[in-house]
Amino acid sequence: MAFVPFEGFFREIGRFSQIFWRTLAWTPRRPWDLRELFRQMVRVGVDSLPVVLLTALFTGMVMALQTFTVLSRFGAERYVGSLVSLSMVRELSAVLSGLVIAGRVGSAMGAELGTMRVTEQIDALQVMATDPVHYLVVPRVWALTAMMPLLVLIADGLGIYGGYLVAVVLMGANPVSHMENTFQFMDLNDLSSGLIKAAVFGMLIALIGCQQGLSTRGGAEGVGRSTTRSVVVASVAILISDFFLTKLLF
Amino acid sequence: MKSFGAKVVLDGVDLDIPRGDSTVIIGGSGSGKSVLLKHMVGLIAPDAGRVMVDGTELSTLDNRELTRFRSRFGMAFQEGALFDSMTVAQNIEFPLVRLDIGSAAERRERVQECLQMVRLEGAEAKLPSQLSGGMRRRVGFARAIAHRPDVLLFDEPTTGLDPVTKDVIDELIVELKERLGATIVTITHDMESVFRIGDWIGMLYEGKIISWGSPSDFRGTTDPRVGAFLGRKTVAPHASVPSAARTDTA
Repeated sequence: MAFVPFEGFFREIGRFSQIFWRTLAWTPRRPWDLRELFRQMVRVGVDSLPVVLLTALFTGMVMALQTFTVLSRFGAERYVGSLVSLSMVRELSAVLSGLVIAGRVGSAMGAELGTMRVTEQIDALQVMATDPVHYLVVPRVWALTAMMPLLVLIADGLGIYGGYLVAVVLMGANPVSHMENTFQFMDLNDLSSGLIKAAVFGMLIALIGCQQGLSTRGGAEGVGRSTTRSVVVASVAILISDFFLTKLLF
Repeated sequence: MKSFGAKVVLDGVDLDIPRGDSTVIIGGSGSGKSVLLKHMVGLIAPDAGRVMVDGTELSTLDNRELTRFRSRFGMAFQEGALFDSMTVAQNIEFPLVRLDIGSAAERRERVQECLQMVRLEGAEAKLPSQLSGGMRRRVGFARAIAHRPDVLLFDEPTTGLDPVTKDVIDELIVELKERLGATIVTITHDMESVFRIGDWIGMLYEGKIISWGSPSDFRGTTDPRVGAFLGRKTVAPHASVPSAARTDTA
């Protein structure tokens, strides 16, 4: 009986691998729908900008606020800049953006493809000699995989700016030494590993959202279930894969 | 045989669909008619048994072959299954674009022709959400015939329509058979339509084809289960027919 909770876990992994390989297999095949790819990039990337930026800004601000208070206890408040920037760039931007995007984009993919499934639009595609993975999943997955690192790069900048606002404007730190300290300990590997994480999270969110949508059963209730599962499974996948990616990349 | 979980839907269906004729499958709600139809185009695979079309067994085809094979089919779904994000014209043009049929101008002309056939001239630019249920179904019908397939499958094309539209659809089915020489399989429980459009009629009951014959055979059947469906009791022998497409799930 102890095995039961893992059964669902392994089933998800099996389904995920299947859609992952099918997406890879269909990607190079014609016809390439570049218009749909760009449309999806705007939908998942540009339209997500406000919520990602807001998340990053306030995360940077809270980080600065917390670390300033704690570090000032032993007179180390000059390290606030590097603490905020390194946490944002290496970890927080990618993970928090990933969770927000899973809620915004992953759920939308699950709901959209789920509705298409229960209204027989997926069947209609198949009858019209169109593979749903080729037509629906491929552009969504690559759009989000490409847009996530861009979103996270902007989030990095805004998080650091949020930290600056709190440290310098609110807490009265020296702006020059704060900025100096912000970039003092950062190297290119910190930045690139965060962006690699972002790309992986983007791919995970899109694949899971599409997979949940395509396997929807049972009308409106089923669509609701797929939408929820798209977010829950993607969020858990982000947190678990984050550990392994961090281990691998640093 | 086909079952979903513990529910056995089809159990020992043995059916030959004659080429170039119009076959109607009747049966009560939930009798597995739609499931049977989806087997014919490989949308659902049988748990046991075979589906043969022109000597090709569908289960032997891989994903790509099946996708190509389906270009011979046109299918109209119960609620239309139109793509929400596309206009009526784009919906009808979809199979032509995917199968790379004709130039842009020829495709536009074909869309007009199809819309005329279903008496929906002038609806090109509308979105599915702006159409009534009957109109959506007629657009689905136009989309199914746009690429002039050899085999047409209609899933309850007239259920819930007003009498005038019903007549239009019935006439259209008869006209399609005569003009295109297409093999047509319609599933319905609308008895008026059955006798108007069917060259052959089969009745699906508890997962099996329990009765098969021409409309006149059917009118005079002794089977009480068929009689109950027809709303009367009469007598006649069954007929056997030549076969082009064979659905045989055991």
